[in-house]
Parts: sequence; structure tokens; C-alpha cells
Amino acid sequence: MTIKTIKQHLADLKHGQVSSVELTSDYLARIASSELNAFISVNPETALAAAKHADEERAAGSDKPLLGLPIAHKDIFCIDGTRTTCGSKILENFTAPYTATVVNRLSDAGTISLGKTNMDEFAMGSSNENSYFGDVLNPWGNEVSRVPGGSSGGSAAAVAGQLVPASTGTDTGGSIRQPAAFCGLTGVKPSYGRCSRYGMIAFASSLDQAAPVTHTAEDAALLLNSMTGFDKRDSTSVEIENEDFTRDLNTPLDGLKIGLPKEFFGEGLDDEIAQRVADAIKVYESLGASVVDVSLPNAKLALAAYYVIAPAEASSNLARFDGVRYGYRTEHYDDLGQMYARTRSEGFGEEVKRRIMIGTYALSSGYYDAYYAKAQKVRRLISNDFDSLFQQVDVLIGPTTPTTAFTHGSRSDDPVAMYLNDIYTIPVNLAGLPAASIQCGLSSNGLPIGLQLITPYLQESRLLKVAHQFQLETDWHTLTAPSLEVA
Amino acid sequence: MFSWDKHWEVVIGLEVHAQLQTQSKIFSGSSIAYGAEPNTQTSAVDIALPGVLPVMNHEAVRLAVRFGLAVDAHINRTNVFARKNYFYPDLPKGYQISQMALPIVGAGTLDIETEDGTKQIGITRAHLEEDAGKSLHEDFQNETGIDLNRAGTPLLEIVSEPDMRSPSEAVAYLRKLHALVRYIEICDGNMQEGSFRCDANVSVRPRGQQELGTRTELKNINSFRFVERAIEYEIERQIDILEDGGEIVQETRLYDADNHETRSMRSKEEAHDYRYFPDPDLPPMVLEDSFIEEIRARLPELPEAKRSRFETDYDLNASDAELLTSERETADYFERVAAASDSDNKTIANWMTGELFANLNKSELSIEESPIRSAQLAELLDRLADDTLSGKTAKQVFAALWNQEGSVDEIIDSKGLKQITDTGAIETIVDEVIANCPDQVQQFKDGNDKVIGFLVGQVMQKSQGKANPQIANQLLKEKMK
Repeated sequence: MTIKTIKQHLADLKHGQVSSVELTSDYLARIASSELNAFISVNPETALAAAKHADEERAAGSDKPLLGLPIAHKDIFCIDGTRTTCGSKILENFTAPYTATVVNRLSDAGTISLGKTNMDEFAMGSSNENSYFGDVLNPWGNEVSRVPGGSSGGSAAAVAGQLVPASTGTDTGGSIRQPAAFCGLTGVKPSYGRCSRYGMIAFASSLDQAAPVTHTAEDAALLLNSMTGFDKRDSTSVEIENEDFTRDLNTPLDGLKIGLPKEFFGEGLDDEIAQRVADAIKVYESLGASVVDVSLPNAKLALAAYYVIAPAEASSNLARFDGVRYGYRTEHYDDLGQMYARTRSEGFGEEVKRRIMIGTYALSSGYYDAYYAKAQKVRRLISNDFDSLFQQVDVLIGPTTPTTAFTHGSRSDDPVAMYLNDIYTIPVNLAGLPAASIQCGLSSNGLPIGLQLITPYLQESRLLKVAHQFQLETDWHTLTAPSLEVA
Repeated sequence: MFSWDKHWEVVIGLEVHAQLQTQSKIFSGSSIAYGAEPNTQTSAVDIALPGVLPVMNHEAVRLAVRFGLAVDAHINRTNVFARKNYFYPDLPKGYQISQMALPIVGAGTLDIETEDGTKQIGITRAHLEEDAGKSLHEDFQNETGIDLNRAGTPLLEIVSEPDMRSPSEAVAYLRKLHALVRYIEICDGNMQEGSFRCDANVSVRPRGQQELGTRTELKNINSFRFVERAIEYEIERQIDILEDGGEIVQETRLYDADNHETRSMRSKEEAHDYRYFPDPDLPPMVLEDSFIEEIRARLPELPEAKRSRFETDYDLNASDAELLTSERETADYFERVAAASDSDNKTIANWMTGELFANLNKSELSIEESPIRSAQLAELLDRLADDTLSGKTAKQVFAALWNQEGSVDEIIDSKGLKQITDTGAIETIVDEVIANCPDQVQQFKDGNDKVIGFLVGQVMQKSQGKANPQIANQLLKEKMK
């Protein structure tokens, strides 16, 4: 089985080789027979109705850019009339009465939503093992059951498992790039503020960004064209003109200056990953790029700062899940305090509770300066580090993750070992920069390896160009999981 | 005057929550109109659905700046909004968006009139925040209803310095502030509906002591009368404790108006740790100088300016000018009467501060609710000026106007109150009185001028109050020469 890109699907739809109803039915059938547990909810009726409508629109001459294309949304995005759980028991039966801006924009562009993908509860996790709706299997796992990464694990597994051509996810500390790396895909986190956060359930508001996961950088550019843009309902969205992210894809890389931050190649990095990244750098050199060793001196503080800031914001963001107005409420309680305590104890999973506790502590009176205020200072230092590096280089390149996809249960008992998975991705979120993960090879046991690319704020077009040029030169992104070969 | 005056000094600071008169909520487009059916003015943002985000209402910012300019305060150019975290069923997000480190309005001042003259009260700060919803306990058995119509209503919390030294000063400050927010049209001041709410921080210390005593915070004091009574009660309570050798516990106390007492609500130990931090959903808001100057240029006439204008333009004394400008509506009423009437300004002032205010107070009405409109008062005073009415009959017409018995002229006609200014008619009555009161006439002729008053009174009585007293006076004197 070979991959099929959005671009190819759109060409088929346009030339009448397939109808949206046929395409949608095909993917719905794949989802129905899949055992990856990549979806929390599937909406066949609404998807087919939308596909039928898309075919009618096409017949009527519509030129919507993504008309009739089936996609899936991470279950963190509210969709009117659709169950939206955020991977949590506390929202198990919550039906959203409104639709997220990102989803609306993609629908307006003509996409068909097949369903909602599985995820770590409230986007907290790096393995999708924190979902109330069960573990997700990485299609590359083959004989051993491996994690797809997280928190957008369902979104990545669905694309890698070819249950959908592309899906949306979110990236707060690596939640789109790490699953993309583990599943051999392209994950692109835009600059903070590129996509509206309205209707996207908040984990850490100053870090969260919507992001696509696709087979190719070109597909990511096509989706981003319809996902991004200023939204007056999100005061943190950037007020700039929309741009065509496919614009620079085919610009050659002659003269590109690549920086290799030494902090991304230190202790803890798997040797094979280091080797594949080195191979990728050689590809870039062959394409006319020059390479220089650089340093992000404060990057080592990123993980600590992140695990203060993100839980602090989460502790406040998740206060609304109190059993009063919607969502889960405990059955037995004698008074208000007990209702709160039991609802939240029973409704939230372990990792979510752990982060609420950390965040509550970090913000509490007498500790604020030592934790939250200091973490914000570190954040500025890291941001400054990036700024000064981008005076010298055009793009920073390194591994996306220190290891390949690990087996289910292997990190579950050690939160810190789990957190270390995001050590290369987190600094990017703290600085609000765009970054991507693309596949750059396989490990000796046949698992995908991700290459991380980072560009300056709002330089998504450059980022996508650097990714696309690599994919023109190599074919790692076309590999499919062995489990699919059997099928 | 209270017994504690000699030994104890009272220190009071007030925190006022003024609901800003915007069309919509501070972070959503929902209406803030009072009195709608529960939960009918609630959007996805107001009920804190997952994924929603706040968007600043710029009108609320404008009104807050207007207040800052009116109290001559520093306006902070960079505004940061913070989350105040606590759980309560009528607080949908589990946090209130407020301002902590950088409030929109910095230090300012407000002058109040006291027995010892004008006193300046410091305003520490005023910040923007959102209101919570309401918990409804009455209509539900063993359950609580939540109405989120009020959640997200824009509030300006105005914090004073602890500059007030008596309950009456506290009330004077509160009244002044109340008048001001209405003057500048940022708040309707309706205390019953909770548009203007007050908490008081109260402490006492031995006279001469520098450091402040331990304070308590009084809540639920939502009328001028309750503010005064609650503070009085609390002062007595604190002094009793201190004089018995006890210590004041820093706590929040609730005023119970029915039993006239304050009750402990929560102590300092039980106080919430609000875990304030900058709201990541709202980037710092920077105010341009041009924005502020535009608001300054449109600032309405402030009470102080209006008072001094009333003294100079209308030639009123300080006391009348103060009374007539204490509320914008009162001042507007006066100016409408003055514009419409030929009567002199002093007479208008006297009738307003006398007859009109007395009747309004008795009926507990505001001047806007007065049954006598400014045009009617102007007409009445014109009839007084042109001698159609005497002072006495004018009061009768005023009473009839108050009872909505008709127009000024209709009432004069129907009651036959037209003053007799015809000298011939009055002369007949004067002759009659002189004939009937020989003793008093003799006394007058013997040089007792004062007896003329009695004789004029007789004329008025016989004419049923309709004779012009000046003419009667004149005729009497002439005839008794």
C-alpha cells in the first residue's frame, strides 16, 4: 500500500476520478475495520451528507480549495452538535454547541470531517496512554505494541494507518511533532497566534497551537492555507494578511544557512537517530545549504520552565470542569465541596491531576516568584537565544525526539522519563516559533525517525520549503507501516 | 457624636464596585440589561464552555478611563489582566478576570464636605473586572439555582485610601462617588439592583497611635444608610473588644441589616489563595495617548465645576449651589426651570431645596421620578412672580400639582386661587378690618408698627388668602395715617 497525499486526492476529485462520497465511504470503511483505536467518535452520517453536498457543489462549479477532502479532527476541537471529549471522562458525554474557528475554516474550504481522533487527556501526554478512551496503536508497531506518541496520537496514527488522508492536532510542547516523528509523518506547528484557538479546548493557553499532520510538507501547506488567519474571537491570534504557504515550496535551497544546536545532540540522544539526522544534513548540503554548529545556551532550562508554565495555566484552564454546568458530575455528595472534589477526582485522570497539582502549587502565594515568575524569565531567555541564532542562520535542524516510538507501558510509571521525550520540541513552544517534524529514516528495528526544522517567527513558508525540498530529494515520507503492507 | 470620639480614632477605607454602563458584557457580546429571565443573557463565553476565549470590550475601557480622568488620576498606559482563581458555582470559569499589578486607573483624589470643611480622600486605584453570576437559594428545595446573566458584567472596582475617620465621612465619600459616576455616565448607580456596591474596611486605634489597628472587611452594605449603620456597629464592636483587653481578628464580616449586626463570614486563615497570574488569553492592553485625550475632551462638566458655575452664573450662595449640583439630575432640573421661568434664581433654588426636596424625601422619590416636572415648577413660579399667586396660594398649587390634579392654570382656576390685586376690592376688605379692629388700629397709631402684621393677616383671612399682601399692607398704612 502506498501513501496517497491530499494533493493527489484533490486532483482525483477535481478530475472526477472519484467522488467525495466514494472517497469518504472508503475511508469510513477503513476506520470501521481498524484496530488502532485512533478515533474517539466517528460520524458517518454527517460525513456522508457533507460529502454528498461537496459533490453537488463541485457539479455546480465550486472551486473551494479542499472541496470534498475527508479529514479528521483531534477531539480537542469543538464541533457543533458533536461529542467533544478532549480524551477525558469528565467530558465523556459533552456535546459541543458551537464550532471551533479552525474547524469552521477547514469546513468552509470544503473538507469533510469523518470524526474525532483519540488523544492524551486534555493534551497532556507524549504517548496517548493518558486517554480515557484507551491506548492508540502505532501502525509501525508491527509485532510489538508501540505508542503513536502524544498528545495528538490518534491524529497521527489515523494518518499513518491511512484511515484518513490528513488530520488536525495541537502542539503545546511537541504534541504534533513528536507523534509525527513516531508515526513517520509530517507535523507542522505554526507560530503561536497563526491559528485561532477559539473552540480548541485550552491546555496551556500561551503555548497551544493548532497544527496539521500529513504525509508531506506540501499537504501541510495546503491545510495551513485554510487553517490560519486572524480571528477577532481570539485576542492572541496574529493580525496579519493571509499568505499562500505553497508559494515558496519550489524555491531551491541554494545558500540556505542551517544551524545545528549542540544542545539537541547531547546525552540521551539515540545513536541511530543521531546518524539519520547527520544523513539528512548531508542531503541538505547536497542541495546547496551550508551548516554551522550553534548553541541555545538556555535550552537546558526549557523543560523545567515548561513544566511550571504549562501546568500553571492548565490548573486555571481546567477549573471550569467543576460538575456545575456541563460534563461529568459525581453521583454522591453531601455538599458543594464534596461535589467539586469527587467530580474532579473521578473525572480527571492521573496525569491531569498531577499537572493541576503542580500548577496550583507553582502559582500559590509565596511560591509564585520562585516558580512561575522565574519560569517566565527563562522563557524570555530562551526566546532571546533563538532570536540571536536567527541573526546567523535561516533554519535550525535537529532530531525531533531522543528516541523512536517506545512500547506501551514502558514509561508510564516514570513521569519524568515521559517528559524528557519532549526535550527538543518544548523550547520551540516557549519561543512561539514555527517548527516541523519530517521523517528522515528508519531505525534498525524499522521505526520512523523524525527530523525537526525550526524557523523564525511567522516564517512558515521558509519552514515548509525546507521540508518540501527534502521530500523532493528523498522518499522516507512515502514509506508505509509494515502492518499496512500485509493488508 | 459618639462616646468613642475621645479615646479612639476610626479608620475607614471603602471598596466600591460600580457596574459600567456598557451595552454588552466585558468579554462577550451578551446584553447586561437587568431583570431578564435567568440564563437568557448567557453566551458560550459567559458560561465558560470548553474552548471559549475572552475579548475585551473597548467601551468598558473607555468608561474606566473617563472615571480616572474625573478623579484626576494617573491612567496606566499598559494594562495587564489577571486571573483570580477560586471555585464557586456562580463563577463559571473557576476564575475571575480582573486586574492586579497594573490597574487601569492609578492614584487619584475625591473631595468631600465635612463638618470641618473640605477634605480630600485618596483613591488608591480603580481596576476593571468581570462580575460573577448569582446563586439563587429561595426557589429551590435543598438545591441552589445558578443565574449567569450577570456573569461577565463589566465592573470598575474603586479602592479608596483609608482616609475616612467617621461613618459620616464614609457616607459623604460614598455619596460623592455615587454622584460622580452618574455625572460622568459610567454607572447608573442603582444600589437596589447592585449596580453600585460597597465594602468597607474598618479599624480603630487609640488616638495618637501611628500604626493602623487590625481591620475587618464589611460586606453586603448596599445602601447609604446601611453603610453608616454597619460601620457604626462595627466600630462599637471593635472598641468593646479592645476595651475588654481582647484582640480584633482580621476577617470578612457580613452586615445583617435586619438584626443590625455584623457576622463573621471568613477569617484571614480561611481566606482564599487566589493564585493571581496574568491571563494568557488577553495580551497586555496598551492605551494610546490619543485615545485618552479623546476621552478627556468629551468629559462632561464635573460636580465641582458645575457648583462654582452655579454660584457665579446663577448668583446662588455656596450652600444652594452645593445642594443643587450634588446630583446631575437635580442640577439639570434647576437649569431647566431657570431657563423656562422668569422667576429669580434664588426663588427657584428655595422652592427646589425646600418644597420639592421635602416632598421627594417624604415619598422616597428621586428627582427624575418627581410628579412635578421642571416645566410645571417654572410655570408655578412665574405665577408667583407675576403676582397671580401669593406665597401661600403657590404652596396650595404645588400640593395640587404634586397630586397630579391638573396644570398650574387649571388648578388656580378650579380652586379660585387667583390673587386679588384689584385695589378697589382689597380696599373694601381693608375698610372692614379697620372697622372691626379698633384696638389694634389705635395701637398702630400709638406707634406700634408690629401690629400691622396682625391686620394684614385679617385681610388675608377675609380674602381667603387671595389678597395681595403688599397691597393690603400699603392700603392699611395709608388709611390709618
